[in-house]
Amino acid sequence: MAGPQPGLPASGQDEQTPPDGAGPPGGAGHNVPLHERAYRIRRNALRMGEVQGQGYIAQALGVADVLAVSYFHAMRYRPEEPEWEGRDRFLLSIGHYAIALYAALIEAGILPEDEIETYGTDDSRLPMSGMASYTPGMEITGGSLGQGLGIAVGMCLGLKCKRSGSFVYCLFSDGECDEGSVWEAAMSAGSWKLDNLVGIVDVNNMQADGPSTAVLNFEPLGAKFEAFGWHVERVDGNDLEALVAAFDRARRLAEPKPRIVICDTRMGKGVPFLEARERNHFLRVEPEEWSRAREALDAGRLA
Amino acid sequence: MTRDKYRRPAPAPAGSRLTTSAMIASLAGPDQRTRPAPFGHALAELARERTDIVGVTADLAKYTDLHIFAQAHPERFFQMGMAEQVMISAAAGLAREGFTPFATTYAVFASRRAYDFIAMAIAEENLDVKVVCALPGLTTGYGPSHQATEDIAIFRGMPNLTIIDPCDAHEIEQAVPAIAAHRGPVYMRLLRGNVPLCLDEYGYRFELGKAQLIRDGQDALIVSSGFMTMRALEAAEALRADKLEVGVLHVPTIKPLDEAAILREAGRTGRMVIVAENHSIVGGLGEAVAGLLMRSDVRPAAFRQIALPDMFLDAGALPTLHDRYGISTEAMTRRVRDWLGERAAAAT
Repeated sequence: MAGPQPGLPASGQDEQTPPDGAGPPGGAGHNVPLHERAYRIRRNALRMGEVQGQGYIAQALGVADVLAVSYFHAMRYRPEEPEWEGRDRFLLSIGHYAIALYAALIEAGILPEDEIETYGTDDSRLPMSGMASYTPGMEITGGSLGQGLGIAVGMCLGLKCKRSGSFVYCLFSDGECDEGSVWEAAMSAGSWKLDNLVGIVDVNNMQADGPSTAVLNFEPLGAKFEAFGWHVERVDGNDLEALVAAFDRARRLAEPKPRIVICDTRMGKGVPFLEARERNHFLRVEPEEWSRAREALDAGRLA
Repeated sequence: MTRDKYRRPAPAPAGSRLTTSAMIASLAGPDQRTRPAPFGHALAELARERTDIVGVTADLAKYTDLHIFAQAHPERFFQMGMAEQVMISAAAGLAREGFTPFATTYAVFASRRAYDFIAMAIAEENLDVKVVCALPGLTTGYGPSHQATEDIAIFRGMPNLTIIDPCDAHEIEQAVPAIAAHRGPVYMRLLRGNVPLCLDEYGYRFELGKAQLIRDGQDALIVSSGFMTMRALEAAEALRADKLEVGVLHVPTIKPLDEAAILREAGRTGRMVIVAENHSIVGGLGEAVAGLLMRSDVRPAAFRQIALPDMFLDAGALPTLHDRYGISTEAMTRRVRDWLGERAAAAT
């Protein structure tokens, strides 16, 4: 093919006409409010962290609201049929956030809850880094950062070729934007005007060696994506209402361009003593702290 | 897309299983002597005299022990962010301006992602850049995204590049000044964190390009690199109980190979030669030694390889995985005993 083809079909028709068999977003319990979904995702993640005595729990707590809105407001899928052709795809580029996605997949009914006990253990289907070959609902193998958005570009092109109305949501991170391949994909998506792509960036300003803005300044992130031809939303990633509004605008946008929702999140959100802990990429939690963390989370649960 | 099956079935009801050792796992056993961050300390020390030494990393200073250097010499440390390609290009630029960069990341990212940049910006120009990479082979249970099972296979094909695979903290400390003194690019497989100590007991001194016989034995010769030499020594000791005398030839420099030493030791009549490495069976030390022996018409009594299988490995706890893939001391001891037993049975 000789470069970007403006003739690719536009997506988004599904807002008016849900595909056959597409249930309302989410799994069991249609009337569960989003804050309760987010609470349960956090609780699942804490239980998994407790199994291992470690894990990227601070990130999981931080991104739980984003996942709640993705899985219980924005996306269409069938819990009992994770590879249903008409589903929206959710790509986890940041493989180390698997603990958070498993927590959401369990809440969505895609994974059984009793597998929480197997997280990260030998021969588990829930390895510490997300891999497509292990876990139903895990669309790609992440973990080598900078790869997810490019895969999303290809899936969006493929969906358009198939005249599918499905969207691809791709979750990556602020630190990941250090990788040049993210910007190759960003330029590609803008050039192809991929209006079936919703990028989600978790901005918690922390990566392996320290605060992301200090390691390699990625800001201004919104202006960068805008310059690459994207529609940009930037919200407080722990504000469910703001997230819902931003995800809705991103999905319904008429303009033929890829969309990105930049989510500023707080690591450890929902567990005050972890929120207050000195920020670190790999947060240490002492063995006796897990039950305390669960109690703290429960204390903040909305009725 | 529909897959035939996932790698794993849904689990049976929970039993007691080992938890994973996550990204960072020590190779040291519970009673083993270790030394912390030998690379970082050795480089910081060397850089006090060698003012041309600079450090660059791709968001992994803390995870490659380069933070020790960064604390000692902050003005010569450059955090390049999680961007391996520009880290390598920038290292080439620093080398062109007369500096000697030590560039660190994980082995998967240097070999898989930055290869072309190392090849063209550094190796083709024979620049003095030392690429030092943690998590070589199977040294994390985190899964294929971080397990560099084929890094040597990838790098062996790169002209001008020297490749070393040190065994322990003692050797890493000695390798740092040696590779800094070497003119040209070097790829070093790094053990980081609390690194086992082993070779100091043998009065060993690292020499770039030299293989050294650490232990002699008439029944078999294990040719090994990296921490597999430590395990080979343990296996050789265990096999004495079976009245088997196993020698160990340590080959820390994978490229260029110490052909003379390997041919001398492998050429001794009547010994099985076993190459043991923390690397895929494809393209590593085993194939390098096999090719050398074939080219040189040297035929040992038998030739075997202990290496990782040609596959993307499982995630899990490191001890579980080392056992599963045959590179634990116990698995290695069993296989060597079996091989020698089979040969003895065939000879009678």
